[in-house]
Amino acid sequence: MSSFVASRPVADVTVTPAPVQATPDELRAAVWQRVQQARNVKRPHTLELVHAIATEVIELHGDRLFRDDPAIVGGFCRIDGRRAIFVGHQKGAETDENIRRNFGMPHPEGYRKAIRLFRLAERLGLPVVTFIDTPGAFPGPASEERGVAEAIARAIMVMTGLRTPIVTVITGEGGSGGALALAVGDVVLALENSIYSVISPEGAASILWRSAEFSQHAAMAMRLTAAEQHALGVIDEVVPEPANGAHADPDETAKRLRTRIAAHLDSLAGRDRKTLLDARYARYRNMGEFAVAAETGEVQPERPGIVRRIRRLLDSGRAALVGGEAAQPPEPDDETVQLDRTGEGI
Amino acid sequence: MPGFKLPFGRPKQDYPPNLWTKCPDCEEMLYNKQLDKNQNVCTKCGHHFRLRVGARIAQLLDRDSFHEQDANLESVDMLGFVDQKPYTERLAAARAATGSRDAAAWGTATIAGTRVVVCIMDFAFMGGSMGTVVGEKVTRAAEHALDERLPLIIVSASGGARMQEGTLSLMQLAKTVAALGRLGDAGVPFISILTDPTTGGVFASFSALGDVNIAEPKALIGFAGARVAAGTIAEELPEGFQRAEFLYEHGFVDMVVQRSKLREAVLGLLRYMKPNAHVERAGLNGSSPLGRSAQFFDELIRREPARG
Repeated sequence: MSSFVASRPVADVTVTPAPVQATPDELRAAVWQRVQQARNVKRPHTLELVHAIATEVIELHGDRLFRDDPAIVGGFCRIDGRRAIFVGHQKGAETDENIRRNFGMPHPEGYRKAIRLFRLAERLGLPVVTFIDTPGAFPGPASEERGVAEAIARAIMVMTGLRTPIVTVITGEGGSGGALALAVGDVVLALENSIYSVISPEGAASILWRSAEFSQHAAMAMRLTAAEQHALGVIDEVVPEPANGAHADPDETAKRLRTRIAAHLDSLAGRDRKTLLDARYARYRNMGEFAVAAETGEVQPERPGIVRRIRRLLDSGRAALVGGEAAQPPEPDDETVQLDRTGEGI
Repeated sequence: MPGFKLPFGRPKQDYPPNLWTKCPDCEEMLYNKQLDKNQNVCTKCGHHFRLRVGARIAQLLDRDSFHEQDANLESVDMLGFVDQKPYTERLAAARAATGSRDAAAWGTATIAGTRVVVCIMDFAFMGGSMGTVVGEKVTRAAEHALDERLPLIIVSASGGARMQEGTLSLMQLAKTVAALGRLGDAGVPFISILTDPTTGGVFASFSALGDVNIAEPKALIGFAGARVAAGTIAEELPEGFQRAEFLYEHGFVDMVVQRSKLREAVLGLLRYMKPNAHVERAGLNGSSPLGRSAQFFDELIRREPARG
């Protein structure tokens, strides 16, 4: 059986397909290539994509509370004749622009602008299209004192109950809660070289391995590639990128996205509000698996079918990670310290 | 890097560790029996030690009123996650060390006779991290509160999402918040109690969204771990950054309440926060903050698929 990573269609020639008997190093390198692709500064970002996807774009600004956050953009757009509201994270392609956009790391006001636009879409009966590309919400004091956690939680709540269809596209980095705050879609698409994770590989490595040097191990362990997220059911559909990656041909990337976004907008438009909201609730309600222990303490899987299926998909990758470790991680400390370290904000 | 302060500092030789605990704040040696009697609050400086679920139940709820539900849910290793140890080994170690199956418990209870639904998190189990089981318990608590139209109380103590379950942990943010959204739409109140620590994906989901948020004194409450923030940002962190009082000052918690007064404070709120009999269930009947009717939106979406 070929490895999980290599079994995906490899449309991107810059990623060397891992051989059938890939070593752990080769697997990690292949995953890390995806991470690099997802973070490539030349990759088309939300505004570039929206301008290429839509025939008309009218950007709106400000959260009406504090200021306009350049790290989140949004407004009206027209996609093959369909009117919609778009919202997305915005990185810059050049250093100056990237600094202005805070490297796509929003402050609370960015999420409050998004909430304002979601509500506007609901009032006008327009569908919402969101574009996800952020390392995460900004973690500094300004962000904390204006309540970034509350802003993210509120944005998630507004999306879960929004009375209009939502199509989400992960275009680059899907970094943690700062990404999810715009990503509670009825349908979640992802570009082939995008990633989605609960914490950055660097963050996971520094907490679980005590060293950022193990970022590649963490990237591998978290199953953050679009294809793996698709296998887990977090992403509904992976959109293939042009041969050399999205940055090599932004127009072709936009064209492929336009086709899929339009198709999903049309299929969601036919649902009545209750069906739409119930389906969205169910989509997130069913995420993740757990077991139910019998009274004797014996553990029995509650939904064994899905668990077994996912396990089969992922076992090869796990075997690769466990066996023949090239670099030995540092000795684990005692359990107490480990427990406490997981107490960091994730 | 400064060492993380542990709540169970090792006392000197002449203080047997099973009898004495050192306060991490004022370094006073505290006699364990006296500490228990004082609700695990330092008798000298008022430092609030972290509570396990049992102790929290004892000080917040009526005696013997808590009926735990779904105690038999257990986490499974969906990703085949291995860091320095496999996730399955970490789970087994946490179960052995804590005697709990996972990092939260939910059930029904009464507070001075008022019926409530309660969910309590346990930091001792893998840092109180939220994986699928914790997300499921919070969600079931909210759904039960909605079905029975009972006030919901969640006591948070968590480092955030459980990394070993990857994005499926992240999805628990949406799952729990969606349930709370329906609860709020139906006019059923939710009191969020934030204890040390409440950070990351737990603070960025259900914990921040109480109709009333209560924090324990000096509890660490924040989005990013303080060291993450300090590492990423070349800024001095302000005094008392991410502490309960900082959150109070900036308008994100309603009150900072000593543990000895917590039950009284919740009881006082419950007198005002009764489920609203005038709001239809499940929020699907026009109870949106926009005040629009269900029919209005149904027709908008059905009649006009935003074309043209």
